[in-house]
Parts: sequence; C-alpha cells; structure tokens
Amino acid sequence: MARLTRVLAVGLLALGVSCTPAGAAPSEVIVNIEHSRFDPGTIDVDAGTTVTFVVHNSDPIDHEFIIGDQAMQDIHEKGTEAHHGARPGEISVPALSTRTTTYTFTGPGTLIYGCHLPSHYDYGMRGVLEIS
Amino acid sequence: MRRYLGAVVLAILIVGTVAGPASACGGLVAANGSINLLRTATLAAYHDGIEHYVTSFEFAGGGAEFGSIVPLPGIPSDVKRGGEWTLQRLQQEVAPPQRFSLDTAVAGAAVAQKGAEVLLERTIDALDITVLKGGADEVGIWAKENGFRLPPDAPEVLDFYASRSPIFMAARFDIKRAAALDQSVGDGTPIHVIIPTPNPWVPLRILGLGRQPNEVIEADVFLLTDERPNLLPGPGVGAADGITIDRSEQASDLLMSDLRSDKGMRWLPTTAMHFTYMKIDSRAADLTHDLAIDASGLGIPSRIAAGLAAPAESWPVPETVPLALWIAIAAFGLGVMTFLVKGATMRWPV
Repeated sequence: MARLTRVLAVGLLALGVSCTPAGAAPSEVIVNIEHSRFDPGTIDVDAGTTVTFVVHNSDPIDHEFIIGDQAMQDIHEKGTEAHHGARPGEISVPALSTRTTTYTFTGPGTLIYGCHLPSHYDYGMRGVLEIS
Repeated sequence: MRRYLGAVVLAILIVGTVAGPASACGGLVAANGSINLLRTATLAAYHDGIEHYVTSFEFAGGGAEFGSIVPLPGIPSDVKRGGEWTLQRLQQEVAPPQRFSLDTAVAGAAVAQKGAEVLLERTIDALDITVLKGGADEVGIWAKENGFRLPPDAPEVLDFYASRSPIFMAARFDIKRAAALDQSVGDGTPIHVIIPTPNPWVPLRILGLGRQPNEVIEADVFLLTDERPNLLPGPGVGAADGITIDRSEQASDLLMSDLRSDKGMRWLPTTAMHFTYMKIDSRAADLTHDLAIDASGLGIPSRIAAGLAAPAESWPVPETVPLALWIAIAAFGLGVMTFLVKGATMRWPV
C-alpha cells in the first residue's frame, strides 16, 4: 500500500510538471552582482507574470536594481533618491547583502534593469528584460 | 599640460558628500563622474631591503572631502611626511624646473575601523593616513563606513590587489584642517611610506580607478636602486604599451646630494644608485598591470607582482627567483621548487 502511494505521488508530481506550460516565466529570478556587473545580463519573462527578483550583491559597495524602460532609466540616472524600495521593481542593494523586489510584467516588450549610483550605469551596470 | 607638483600617484576618491566642484588631481572622481587629469609622480627607492615610497597627495579643494586608497606590497614600518621637494627635484632632473609648494605640519583626527584590521594610523598635515589589512570586501566596507565613495570599478580593482597583498593605505583629506592650513588647490602633501619588502613594487593599475576606459593616464615613476633593476613590464617585456623608460643611468652625484639634503631623506646611501625614469602614458583600459621590479638586476621580476598572472594557491611565496637559479635548475634537471626568503614580510608569488 505504501509503495502504491509513493508511485501515485511520483505520478502526480510528474503530471504536475508536465502540466506546467513550456517556457513559463519563473516566479523567482536570481540576479547576482559582482564587480559591478549584473549576472545574468539578459532575463526572459512572460507577459502577465509576476516575478520576484532576488538580488545578491557580492560587492563591497552599494548598488541598485531598477526596472523600467529607457525613459525611466534616464529619470533615475538624473534622480536624487538616496534609497529605493517603496516601489515595485526598484530596490537599493547595500554592499554584501541580498534584497528582493517583485514586479508584474503587463505586456510584451523590452525593459531594462540598471543601477544608477554615480557612474555605475555608464560603467555597464545594466541588463535587458525581454517580455514575450 | 604637465604639472610639476608631485600629485598623487593613486586613485583618489570622493569622501562623503560632495559640496562643490571637485577640481582634482590624478584619479579624483567627482560627484558627477567627471575627472580632471593631471600628471602624477612617485618615487620608489630601494636600499637595504626597504622600499621607500614617496608620493604626494594633492589638495583638490572645492568644498569636498576626498581621499585615496593605495595598495601596498607589505606592512609599512612607518608612514611619515615626505621630503619637502624630493619629487620636484626628481621632476627637475628630467625636465625644466617649474613651481613647487611647501606645506606646514599639523595634527588631526584618526579614523575608525571595522572589518579590516587597522595596522597603523598617522596624521600628516590635512591628511589622515590609515594602513589596513584585509581582503577586498573588508577594505571596501571599511572605506564605505569611513565615508569613501568608491567608484564602480573598485570591487574588481580591490580584488586584483587583495588577491596578492592584503595591505592597503587609505589617505583622506580633512577639509577643515586643510582650510586651517590655508592649503590651496594643487598644494601637495608629500608622504613617505617605509616598507620592508624583498623587492620594490609600484602599483599602476590603481591609477585608472574611476576613470573612463579611453581616458589617458599620465604618470612619472622614478626609481632609485642599488643596481640597474629589471622591470616588468619593461622594455620589450610584458604589456608595456604606454610605458617608456626615459632614463636609465647612474644617478648623478648632484642628484643624490640634493635628494639627501631634503628633509627626511638622509636614509639615501652615499654610494651610487641607479636612476630610472619611467613615463606612463596609457589609456585607463590598457593599464591593467603594475610594475614589478627586481632591484638586484639579476633576477626576473614576478609576473604576479606585475599583475600579469594570477596568484598561486601556495601564496605567499618568494618575490623573484634569480636567473642563475633558473639556469641551475634547468642544467641539473631538478624538479625542486626553491624559494628565496629574505625576512618575514609579505611576498609576491613568482
């Protein structure tokens, strides 16, 4: 009986996995920051999904993780907000720390995630979000 | 335009809140990321197993506090005020003389520490000097907690140095003391770092800290050694683009006499020394190495000390292996790793 239960459980798990739509966006994405670079540099997500970004900063300096289109990035590049965290998709990530932010992608397109501490964006602290 | 004031050799970082334009010296990073580039100068003299590293930190003014972080090859036995005009005299040796400035001494505050171990603290004029021991993370966090605003390339550069030597020197201008000293923009404070080490070494990559890849780094490096040194990168050896040896000759009696007569420069021997003048004129993106030196002139400078090879797991190991030893090993087919040990200070792996 116990063996039958295990077989059924495995079968249900397999069914569950097989029912997951192919290519579905993950609900959680790990983003690492090292040497002032985002890894990965490109993230694919599905339109209509809500994604939690877990951002690990392994640098001994502060960084940011700001999601938005180019116009939004330009605003932040000139902005003066010392800290982020109140709005979805915008967080400050202190040195050697991990922070999370959740963002809902409403439609297809391309967004950018970047860091706008002085000279970080120009240094290359940016990545691309492909929403399909 | 060349400046003949000895300017800091090392990257200078804004400290704390920048209140005004940061007209600056070599490596200074302003709040908006703009940088004013000036030629920098340093002396690395080596005698009796001691590196005498003389450089000058230039006051940038502008209402901002600023400082720099300097990687060192070993633990300094002392940091003190440098000679009044040593760097200027060296500049004069290789170019027509220009102006120079003199500063006056004053005491000041020290800095706190956390994470990184504070090995030594000195106050020299408006500068607070702290020698730290720690990895890139510890030093970076120390810098942050002490108000240094590190540029985005700092983590990689700190890793580059910390993987070879965990010793750093942080220098920070106290703007109030600078004002009390009536320091003007461009006034330099010479610093003399005394480092027991098997061979001298000059950090170069740090000059590019906070710079844009295409920005040109200009620096004058003066070497005084008992013998003609072997250098890496050197003429035709290693990544020497942008580095030229302008002088390599026995130091004149007049130069040695002049340098010895400067304040705090009596340590220079009365015997002849070899004088090397190296000009750095390199894009920041190309300056990805340091200057390794074999002061005996008989050995091969360490590729690791030069930053041209990654440190081995067995670090620390010796600074250089003499050429004769390599020949002996090859001749006798000995598969034995041999080390030269000259004291207990930090060494670069071969």
